[in-house]
Order: sequence, then C-alpha cells, then structure tokens
Amino acid sequence: MKSSLKKTSPKTFNYDISKKRFRFSDWFAEKFIKSIAFLSIAFVILIFVFVFREAFPVFRMDVKETVTAEPMVQERYGVDDKSAAAEPEKSKETSPAKKVSVPSSTLLSKDWMPVSDNPRYGLIPLFLGTFKVTIIALLFAAPIAILAAIYTAMFAKPRLREIIKPVIELLAGFPSVVIGFFALMVMATVLQEIFGYASRLNSFVGGIAMALAAIPIIYTLTEDSLTAIPKTYIEASLGLGASMRQTAFYVVLPAAVPGIFAAVLLGVGRIFGETMIALMATGNAALVNINPFDSVRTLSATIGAEMAEVVFGDTHYSVLFLIGSLLFIFTFFLNAVAEFYLKNVVIRRFQSKK
Amino acid sequence: MNDIKVHVKDLDLHYGVNPALKKVNIMIPEKMVTAFIGPSGCGKSTFLRTLNRMNDLIENVKIDGEVRIDDIDIYGKEIDVVNLRKKVGMIFQKSNPFAKSIYENIAFGPKINGITHKDTLDEIVEKSLRQAAIWDEVKGRLYNSALSLSGGQQQRICIARTLAVNPEIILMDEPASALDPISTAKIEELIHELKQDYTIIIVTHNMQQAARTSDYTAFFYLGELVEFNKTETIFSNPSKRQTEDYISGRFG
Ligand SMILES: Nc1ncnc2c1ncn2[C@@H]1O[C@H](COP(=O)(O)OP(=O)(O)OP(=O)(O)O)[C@@H](O)[C@H]1O
Ligand SMILES: [Mg+2]
Repeated sequence: MKSSLKKTSPKTFNYDISKKRFRFSDWFAEKFIKSIAFLSIAFVILIFVFVFREAFPVFRMDVKETVTAEPMVQERYGVDDKSAAAEPEKSKETSPAKKVSVPSSTLLSKDWMPVSDNPRYGLIPLFLGTFKVTIIALLFAAPIAILAAIYTAMFAKPRLREIIKPVIELLAGFPSVVIGFFALMVMATVLQEIFGYASRLNSFVGGIAMALAAIPIIYTLTEDSLTAIPKTYIEASLGLGASMRQTAFYVVLPAAVPGIFAAVLLGVGRIFGETMIALMATGNAALVNINPFDSVRTLSATIGAEMAEVVFGDTHYSVLFLIGSLLFIFTFFLNAVAEFYLKNVVIRRFQSKK
Repeated sequence: MNDIKVHVKDLDLHYGVNPALKKVNIMIPEKMVTAFIGPSGCGKSTFLRTLNRMNDLIENVKIDGEVRIDDIDIYGKEIDVVNLRKKVGMIFQKSNPFAKSIYENIAFGPKINGITHKDTLDEIVEKSLRQAAIWDEVKGRLYNSALSLSGGQQQRICIARTLAVNPEIILMDEPASALDPISTAKIEELIHELKQDYTIIIVTHNMQQAARTSDYTAFFYLGELVEFNKTETIFSNPSKRQTEDYISGRFG
C-alpha cells in the first residue's frame, strides 16, 4: 500500500513551509472586500447622521422662544459654503416677521397643517394613518403569506414548489409604483363597488395594496424557517401516525414560530416604509379616526409628498426629517428585533438539540 | 416459530435508477426480536423504512413487490398510511424528541388520535414512561423540556412516545448507536421486555447487540438479503460464506 502511494505522488510538488509567503491576490481580494463592506456601513451611518441632524432643529426651536432674538442658526443646515452664506440673511427677514409657531408643542396635536398661516405639525393623524394601514396590510399579508409558505414547504410536490416559490418571490421585485398604480386604477374601483364606501382611496385599499408588497418577504422568510425545521421532527411525527396536516400545524409550525415572528416583523418594516403605494392608494388625507374606509396619510407618504415642495431649512423641512428619523428608528428597531430573534432564538433552539 | 407478522415477497426498491433492495424475501415472526445486520449502505435502513412506508417521503423512490403485514399488502391502493404508521412505530438512530415538554412528547400521539381527556392522557403518559423504563427518572419533571434530558434518556422518551400510540410492530434503526454502554444496556433490557407484547425489528452494527437481543437475524449485503435464520444459527453456524466473514469481522 504505502510504496504504491509513494510512487504515484509526483515529485514536482515541493512544499516549503519554513517561510511565510506574501500572496498578492489573496491580500488584495481581502482588502478589497473589506473596504467595500466598510463603505456600505459608512453609508448607513452617514445617512443616519444626516437625517438626524436635519431633524434636530425641531427641538432647538423650542429653545428659541426663551432665548429670544437669537436668529435661527441656519448655516448649520447648509451643505456647502454658498448656501451657508445665503441662509442667515433669509432667516433674519423671515423668522422675526412671521410668527413662528413652536413646532414641538404642536407635534402632538391632531392637525397636520404644515402650510397654513398658523402651521401645525401634529403627527398623531400620520401615526394613526400609518398604524391603520399597517394593521390592515398585515391582516391580509400575514395569513396569506404564512399559509402559502406552509403549503409550499409541507404539501406541495417539489416540482410545484419550484414554480410557486420563485413566482411569489418575483412579487418582491415588483416596483411598488406598479402595485400602487394597479391599486389606484383597478382595486380602488372594484373594492368600492363591493363595499360601497364613500372615499375611493382609503386605508383599506392602501392596506391591501401594501399587503401585496409585504407578502413576498413574509412568505420567503416563513418558508425558510419552516424548511429549516429538522427533518427528523417531521419523520418523528409522521412515524407516530400523524397526518401531514397534523404534522404541519402541531409540530412544524410551533417550532418555526420565532422565525415566522421575525418574518412578520420584517413585513411590518416593509409596510411601514412603503411610500409609493401609500401615496397612490391611501387618499393622503390626515384624518383622525379608526374607520378603515376613510382616507389616511402615512408617515412615509407625507415625506414623499411634501419634501419636494418644502422650504429648505424651514420648520416644516425639519419636521419632515423628524418623521424620517422616527421611521428610521422604528425600522431599525424592527430589524434588530427580527435579527435577534432569528439569530438567538431560532438557531439556539436547534443547536441545543444534540 | 410464532405466527408470521411481516411477509415480504420479492421486494425491489430503487432510488431513481439506483437499486437499493433486490428481490428481498423474508418472513418476520410475531412478538420476537429480529435483527438486521450488514455493512454500511447495504440497505438495512431502506428496508426498515419500507415497512412503515417512510420511504414515501423521499422523491423518486420506486418500489416493486409485496410487503404484507397481518396478510394485508401495505402498498395496496386502499391502504391508510397514517394508520399504518400507528400500527408500525419507528425509533430513529438519532433520538428526536420534539422541542416540547416530556409530557407533551408522550401525549402527542394519543392527542392526534383524538384523546383529549386529561386523566386518560395522564394515564397513558405514565404507563408509556413506565414501559420504557424511564418513569422513575423523569416523573418529577414531566413538564421540563425533553431536550434537557441526556441522549440515552431522550431515546427512551422516543420509545415511550411510540409506545403511547400502541403499535404492534416497533422498528428501531440503530437505536443505541449514539449511546454509552449503560444507556445501551438499558435499551437492550427494554427490548427484551417489550417483545412480550410487540414485534420488534432492530437494525444494528453491533454484533454482540444483535446476538444478545434478537431471536432472528437477517444479514444484508449490497441490497440483498443474504441469510435469514435463528440468531444462534447465524452466529454459530452460518450457511453462507459472506455472513461468516461479516460476523467474524473478516470483511472486504
Ligand atoms: N434518500 C436516498 N436517496 C438516494 N439514495 C439513497 C437514499 N437513502 C439511501 N440511499 C442509498 O441506498 C443504499 C442503502 O442505504 P441505507 O441507508 O438503506 O443503508 P444502511 O444499510 O442503512 O447503511 P448504514 O448502516 O450506514 O445506515 C445506499 O447506497 C444509499 O446510498
Ligand atoms: Mg442505516
């Protein structure tokens, strides 16, 4: 045995291990990938800083009331020297003349009237609107997505599964403007005819449209967490004479709950930040009520609709950035929780099983 | 010989185009322990899994021939696979209790059979755990996670879980291969107890285990059943050369 092994191993290979070698391509690849990774982290942090910095004056304006004539420190907003130079002049003539309402005291009011003589920046209708749409979207998206995932993971023949899964995932790549357009032109009319409510565009229509956007995310992640359940569980259950349905609902589904929870959270994040569909399908009226068939204005749609027209550096501008910051914090929080759940709860659960 | 419980006739099994079982014929007696031995990859697990139709879960499996249990062809058109698996329980090589409490693990089978009465469930749980010789070790912590038990205890939980469904045949695929000698001895003792009431078929790589626990032994090689006989005969006086080589460790 040994002699034949020696014979076949070619002599040309002579591995010198005594000295470490510098391998340029390995070194370069590593550095390159590393810098790309850090670049994307840097972008996230930069956006974060920018959004918060722009929102910050909302709270400074409160202070202004007590400090009196101190002009707004507009140059803080300036991105480059030119605008920074121009700003103070402008603010000097506008801010004392116009009786600037103190925004943070109106933030909790029920009116969102950013462009009026007495502007009010009540976020309550926006939060309520976002909340309504999110709940409605979730009520549609979560059951559909989860049931579809159970079907493909547990019941569908592999060949069928290979069709269904990509098709649903394709929906994730749909531009939301297309979904919004469809909701605006088709769904709104059809649903109004069926339910006969007054305003054509409302949180119900918007919610269903957003459900379409959230289904792929919830579906994919749920499917993944269902298929991640060890096959031995399924075999154990079937081996005890449980039917496939019983196995799916009493064994696999409970074991996958943390993953499904994370999937739903990420779905919420998607709905929460969805702007285009909200703009096109919810009616955009900042009302305060809980009727699902009334128009709503969501947080992100508000930014989307108003940011382009707002006076740069104005109170309104800052409030929009405040909304942006809140969205940012909220989605960050959602993702963090979802991530934590996936990492710690789901994985630990199966690793502890030896 | 007792009555025949399982009668297999000319069983062929292919995974896709690869044959895994070739013309297997065997008659397995009731309320006895039958051991399957043979080198890795010879089809022992595959054969075991044909007996409760676990192979149905795998894509592209093609099965020809007959498997009769109590003289019913379990591959017949009218067969209720769900009920078949209640009748033919299975213990896996890797213990696989659910990530639930010990109690819930045992109660799972009865519950899916529609038993909801708490007292009845309690009774079944206790009886099954006693039968699996693990009651004394877990009676104080029935509501703890089954995953908190040792590997050997987990395997006996799995046996108890199977017993709770009240099967007639119990298939065991290397049930003690991942266990220490003491846990293994417990499982073997248990097998000895259980054969009073159940027909047991056990796959093992451990020759002594086969010799100790079984009444009959089947030797598989390359998908074929080479020899099937009383365990004493197989181990003392095998009729085939391959069998002798294998059990004496002179294989390959
Ligand atoms: N799911 C499967 N798909 C395709 N081929 C398989 C599958 N399971 C087993 N086989 C093949 O069938 C043959 C028999 O496998 P089997 O698992 O029954 O062997 P075994 O005797 O149980 O071996 P071991 O002692 O290692 O458990 C092997 O050649 C194996 O590669
Ligand atoms: Mg095997």
